[in-house]
Amino acid sequence: MEKINKVYENGFHAVHDMSLDIADGEFMVLVGPSGCGKTTALRMVAGLEDITSGILRIGGKEVNDETPKERDIAMVFQNYALYPHMTVAQNIGFALKLRKLPKPELDAKVKEAADILGLTDWLDRKPGQLSGGQRQRVAMGRAIVRQPSVFLMDEPLSNLDAKLRVQMRAEVARIQRHLNVSTIYVTHDQIEAMTMGDRVTVMRDGRLQQVDTPQHLYDHPDNIFVAAFIGSPAMNLYDAVVGENVRSVKLGSQEIDLPEAVVLKRPALRGYAGKDVVVGLRPEHLPAESDGATGPKLVGEVDLVEALGSELVVHFTIDANRVLAEGAVDKDEAAAVKKGEGVARVAAKTPVKPGDRLTFAVSIEDMQFFDTQTGLAIRG
Amino acid sequence: MRNRKRTGWRRYINGINISAFFVVLFVGLPLYWLIASSFKTPANLGNSPPQYFPNPISLGNYTDAFKNNDFGQYFINSLIVTLIATALVLVLGTMAGYALGRLPMKGKFTLMVTLLIISVFPAIAVIAPLYLLLRNLGWLNTYQGLIIPYTAFNLPFAIWILRNYMLGIPKEMEETGRIDGAGPFRTLWTIILPMALPGIFTAGIFCFTACWTEFLMALTFMSANNRRTIPVGIAEFGTVFTVPYGTIFAASVVAVVPIGILVFIFRKFVISGLTSGAVKG
Repeated sequence: MEKINKVYENGFHAVHDMSLDIADGEFMVLVGPSGCGKTTALRMVAGLEDITSGILRIGGKEVNDETPKERDIAMVFQNYALYPHMTVAQNIGFALKLRKLPKPELDAKVKEAADILGLTDWLDRKPGQLSGGQRQRVAMGRAIVRQPSVFLMDEPLSNLDAKLRVQMRAEVARIQRHLNVSTIYVTHDQIEAMTMGDRVTVMRDGRLQQVDTPQHLYDHPDNIFVAAFIGSPAMNLYDAVVGENVRSVKLGSQEIDLPEAVVLKRPALRGYAGKDVVVGLRPEHLPAESDGATGPKLVGEVDLVEALGSELVVHFTIDANRVLAEGAVDKDEAAAVKKGEGVARVAAKTPVKPGDRLTFAVSIEDMQFFDTQTGLAIRG
Repeated sequence: MRNRKRTGWRRYINGINISAFFVVLFVGLPLYWLIASSFKTPANLGNSPPQYFPNPISLGNYTDAFKNNDFGQYFINSLIVTLIATALVLVLGTMAGYALGRLPMKGKFTLMVTLLIISVFPAIAVIAPLYLLLRNLGWLNTYQGLIIPYTAFNLPFAIWILRNYMLGIPKEMEETGRIDGAGPFRTLWTIILPMALPGIFTAGIFCFTACWTEFLMALTFMSANNRRTIPVGIAEFGTVFTVPYGTIFAASVVAVVPIGILVFIFRKFVISGLTSGAVKG
């Protein structure tokens, strides 16, 4: 995709200058909050929406004006869109029938797709007789059997219950790897994005925020939005002031020492001496000091302790100002977050209860810094 | 006493069931009377007190209707006109409903409102000009003289029903078809049509009933005896002096039977058609 734009008739600019390169066989996930333009972008690739400006190439060939059929793509929709009056076999084979494939060949291909998906016993059933997971697999079968150049998937797992979703995530990833077809997968679930994608594209308000491998996205977010969006529980983001000598950073009334090594890795930080920044700490980078962790201290007032069995999720408050990235957290969640609230993940055996003052040993090398105006990460 | 659950047949005594019972009685009794009386001999028809069950059961009225009163011809005329008009309405209505529901088009709203206005138009207002028009075309006393007006008057309603059904079909169905490589007609035929079948049946039943029982236009445009349809035919039974009730009843029973069967078979669609059209925009 090269500088793709989508402007609707009513003037709404859904996708801004989106440029993205997807390699052969790559599993690319488009993730972002509702309304960020990811589905619109996907539909433009499919040919279901016109491209207002920009160039779309599939396999090196410009396809802006080609019909969906000519683009040789296959799409799986959120609600599967199975033909209710046709059997599973007929659903899967429909596209091949339209291409006038001879019956023996058509049947063989349908059977092959059914085998890959474990649908062989259900070929004569109608969609109405199948469970959600089976229907989803039929939808995939319909896509697979065409052997297209690109798979497009629009939140195919959203309609499944949580347990089935986890199972199907692995299935979809496995099938994609087996077939080695370039895939664009749209989801609003960042966990799906992290577990399935070779690379993940984070989008917001029609604009690309960052394109990276899941781990890199997690460890090195380019801006506040990506930092807050990726990861669950979300990263703790606070307003802070960098010390005059750039050897400490002040969160509310607490001062945290910054070792030389940390500053060396982020040379641009020197330019923020005495200035306001936004500091980010993931919950797992706030282990309790009492567990033997070492690092600069941060003390928080414990509001709530959630025991997960494997660890404790501690909700605490400090007297710094919590920063909420607009759109990264949904409105209900945002309303529930109090001023200065944060979340930490500590060892399961840590002696802590609500009302305590808990000292964290900040994992300082993992601290993220962002510019307050631009929201961009401070690295240099 | 109030808290004890009723058992046996008493379970069914409640407000709704009692009201329903009376409604059924209200509708069903005249129907029963019609059917029962059609089997009575002319002598027993006017009995006082009335005979509640025909005795003896006689088919005399039926033979009279068919043999002496050309009822068979009327039946055939009605069948031809109704079936052809209904077929036309369904074919044109499905395509129009699909276009209005799905295809990108300017002025859809205006069209829909215009159709709505036409569908509530009283036929009696246009009957005179229509008569003149058909006379000039030489279509009086012809089948097309009724088929065309029937189609025209029933099409708007059918389009409304079918469009609403089309709207209820998820867009993704067609998009999947597009991606698979189906053109618009193929999409309509293979994907949309089977899914819109309930709507088609609904529109079909309404149209069939409307055409089968239509009186005004049939009376006006078909004066020749060999072209009369059932409603007009029955009305013309008898002379100035005699009203052959028995024959009328018999003919009416025969007229009602096809509709009764059709509506019974497709009752699911009749009910859904009456309710779903009301909810959707």
